Amino acid sequence: MTLPLFFQHLANGISLGSLYALIAIGYTMVYGILRLINFAHGDVVMLGAYMAFYMIAIFRLPWWVSFPVAIVITAGMGVVIERAAYKPIREFPRINLFTSAVAVSFLIENLGIVIFGGRPKAFERPAFMDITIRIGKVTIVSYTLVIILTALVLFGGLLVLVNYTKTGKAMRALSKDIETTGLMGVDTNRIISIAFAVGSALAAAGGILTAIKFPQINPLMGVMPGLKAFIAAVLGGIGNIPGAMIGGFILGVSEIMIVAFLPDLAGYRDAFAYSILILLLLFRPTGIMGEVQAEKV
Amino acid sequence: MKKLSRNTILSIIALAAIVGFMIYAENTFNPYLLRILNLCAVYSIFAVTFNLVYGFTGQFSLGHAGFAAIGAYIGALLTMSPAQKQANFFLEPIVPFLANIELPFILAIIIGGLGAALVGSLVAWPALRLKGDYLAIATLGFSEIIRVLLVNMQPITNGALGLKGIPDYTNLYWSWGTAAVCIFVCKRLVDSNYGHALKAIRDDEIVAEALGVSLSYHKLLAFFTSAFFIGSAGVLFANLISTIDPKVFLFFLAYQIVGITVMGGMGSLTGSVISAFLYTIFLEFLRPIESQFNIGSIQVPGIPGMRMVIFSFLLLMVILFYRRGLMGSSEFSWDWAAEKIGALRRLFSGSGKTGVDDIGKED
Amino acid sequence: MALLKLDNTVMRFGGLTAVNKFSTEITDNELCALIGPNGSGKTTIFNIITGIYTPTSGSIHFNGEEINGMRPDLITKLGISRTFQNIRLFKGLNVVENVEVGHHLRLRSDPISAILNLPGYKEEETSIRKEALELLESLELAHLAYDVATSLPYGQQRKLEIARALATHPRLLLLDEPAAGMNPNEAEELMQFILHVLETFKISVFLIEHQMRVVMGICPRIIVIDHGETIAEGTPEEIQNNNRVIEAYLGVDDYAGN
Repeated sequence: MTLPLFFQHLANGISLGSLYALIAIGYTMVYGILRLINFAHGDVVMLGAYMAFYMIAIFRLPWWVSFPVAIVITAGMGVVIERAAYKPIREFPRINLFTSAVAVSFLIENLGIVIFGGRPKAFERPAFMDITIRIGKVTIVSYTLVIILTALVLFGGLLVLVNYTKTGKAMRALSKDIETTGLMGVDTNRIISIAFAVGSALAAAGGILTAIKFPQINPLMGVMPGLKAFIAAVLGGIGNIPGAMIGGFILGVSEIMIVAFLPDLAGYRDAFAYSILILLLLFRPTGIMGEVQAEKV
Repeated sequence: MKKLSRNTILSIIALAAIVGFMIYAENTFNPYLLRILNLCAVYSIFAVTFNLVYGFTGQFSLGHAGFAAIGAYIGALLTMSPAQKQANFFLEPIVPFLANIELPFILAIIIGGLGAALVGSLVAWPALRLKGDYLAIATLGFSEIIRVLLVNMQPITNGALGLKGIPDYTNLYWSWGTAAVCIFVCKRLVDSNYGHALKAIRDDEIVAEALGVSLSYHKLLAFFTSAFFIGSAGVLFANLISTIDPKVFLFFLAYQIVGITVMGGMGSLTGSVISAFLYTIFLEFLRPIESQFNIGSIQVPGIPGMRMVIFSFLLLMVILFYRRGLMGSSEFSWDWAAEKIGALRRLFSGSGKTGVDDIGKED
Repeated sequence: MALLKLDNTVMRFGGLTAVNKFSTEITDNELCALIGPNGSGKTTIFNIITGIYTPTSGSIHFNGEEINGMRPDLITKLGISRTFQNIRLFKGLNVVENVEVGHHLRLRSDPISAILNLPGYKEEETSIRKEALELLESLELAHLAYDVATSLPYGQQRKLEIARALATHPRLLLLDEPAAGMNPNEAEELMQFILHVLETFKISVFLIEHQMRVVMGICPRIIVIDHGETIAEGTPEEIQNNNRVIEAYLGVDDYAGN
């Protein structure tokens, strides 16, 4: 392991971590407010990638138009999912919400296979993201840096939203106590929809950036990243937004480093992630930044 | 006492009819139909066991794909001839002690079931500490870890290449025999005092424990029993479709099982069986829409994957609007059937007339 | 020897001290009440005794055996049983089945005998059903035995909870606000039943109650706590005239009954 190689891996790790972090935020925001693990969130990632794909392929829009439009459309889809599949059963026991999320995920994946076609499609990488940069002996392709930068910008925007706007305050209040906040005159439904929209938008961004990285898309492409992002969210403390970001980076870097240092175990990389999840859930479910909540009997 | 005899006689007649049908079918039906009937048995076992763990004990486990995979691989490796195994393991030779084993089918089924049961029991431990959706995700992770192991343990499982040429030992007697045992065991368990304990855990775990019900023992009981039969179903499955690889046991299988069981009614074993039948038959019945077909002179292009879209859509509708599923938590019994028939007869004989005239006719 | 002994039990949740050095003893066949304003830690003490919480420090002995930190079902097997503040019946079981859950810990047949309906199991099942119905009979609930448990009127549900707890054959029964939501007649009836249970089964009853009049009439010993600490202990007269007790309850609407 030479130093330049190490830096390359580190860059890849941070880049991968950014993707996980972007997607993890959506999980954590929704969980914070509704205490729901939005199982369908990974598939929203896939929808974002496909929307961008069709904007470019069919409407021939340049990437700097397609991407934002795709993100907005996908954000809308996220809201539609919430309204159609979660809102009607919000009052029911939590397990029904989760089963609904599983069903939605299943449905979206199958719809994806039928509408988009099961075969992977090649994703067009915008030219400037395809440049190979050499810094000393380190070789990075520009998309790695684009991913990291985009993610940081989006995180910044999100933190501003959550901490310095009224909407953000309402979101934070809802995650502390949804009933009382609702009674205080906050339009719960609107804020929940906004949370889904923002989470889905970030997931869409994650999906597009993922498509740029590998450049291939398929209807099941969101499942793995979704699950890993969920693990990242739990790692950082589910319900905690900065935690989701930190968890994402830790997971991304660890994943790349483990494969780099132990290449024989590369086939098991997913198993590592799941094991981390199970261990976390069993021994430290509140993650790094979460607070322990005792159950009142 | 008269009623009891009537029910017992009816049951015996029904059993004889079913066995008679099976013998007839085995000897006359074409392989396609037989395959469907065998699949119905396998899916029935999947649904009934999921119901045992979730519908009756309240543990949302998504691990069954993994357990089925374990059963399937054990079954395959124990029933394939040494020659077949050698042909499969061309990339890397098979582990020596598995190379020459060839066991009778009954042993394969039992050992496959036990293998899955042992692994399934491991899941009971997280089930003690995790609730609801967290348990679901953890067990999903568990199932996926199993799959990753299967893909990577080349000398044992032949990795991603899978196993081809598994002998097709599964016939109606094996599949429906196993299903019958499974349904019987689950029904007896649920109806017994142990069943009370399981349902108590489902309804309110903390109170159940406060009443002296050991959570670890009973959750283990549910997981062990369920995983055992899922494993045996896996063996039946492998020896039915004769080719297996890790992709067959992707989490999709878990979703399907959840779907079937939810639609049949959580807490109704009857519902699970009926739902499994409907699912398997519906899937086959709708197969044509996935390839080109003609309506008159119009050529309608096939839509691959459409059946799953329909199934998942229906599942979502059930979850949102008809949570109880088909049977809710009712079970089939001769009395139940008599009641339903009586109700139907009243509906038709009065031709919609209700009123003073009909009061005397009510039983 | 005391049946139940709590020794300087402390329960801290993070920065909050819910129970602060609580000590007491309950003897055989004793009826004792635990009262105090809302949030004073009464249910927490019950939770500690029954094993739902492990005390931060201090010890609990039942029949000479240390039980702090023991699993709840094991504590129940030793002979302590309880009801809950909110009615928590098993929704998916009918009335008699709810009671039978209480009998489950004494089941000796293993699952295989149950599955195969072997004679040994069959016998146990029949005797459990018989005993459960008898218990319901003594509470005048037998006619509702096969109804869905949650369809019962409120007062009956509370009685069912007690029947269920009694099915475990406890030596010590903890009742958490058993008369909550009952009108004075029902509450009186319930207290008579509790006395009857004490006499017939020779068990001890430790009960939490919020309504003074329910408790004052029949409990020979009352412990008053506030902020997790004992502030008074004694007979109803002694309690009623205790200044600290009066102070603790002033400012709360529930003094001298709701």
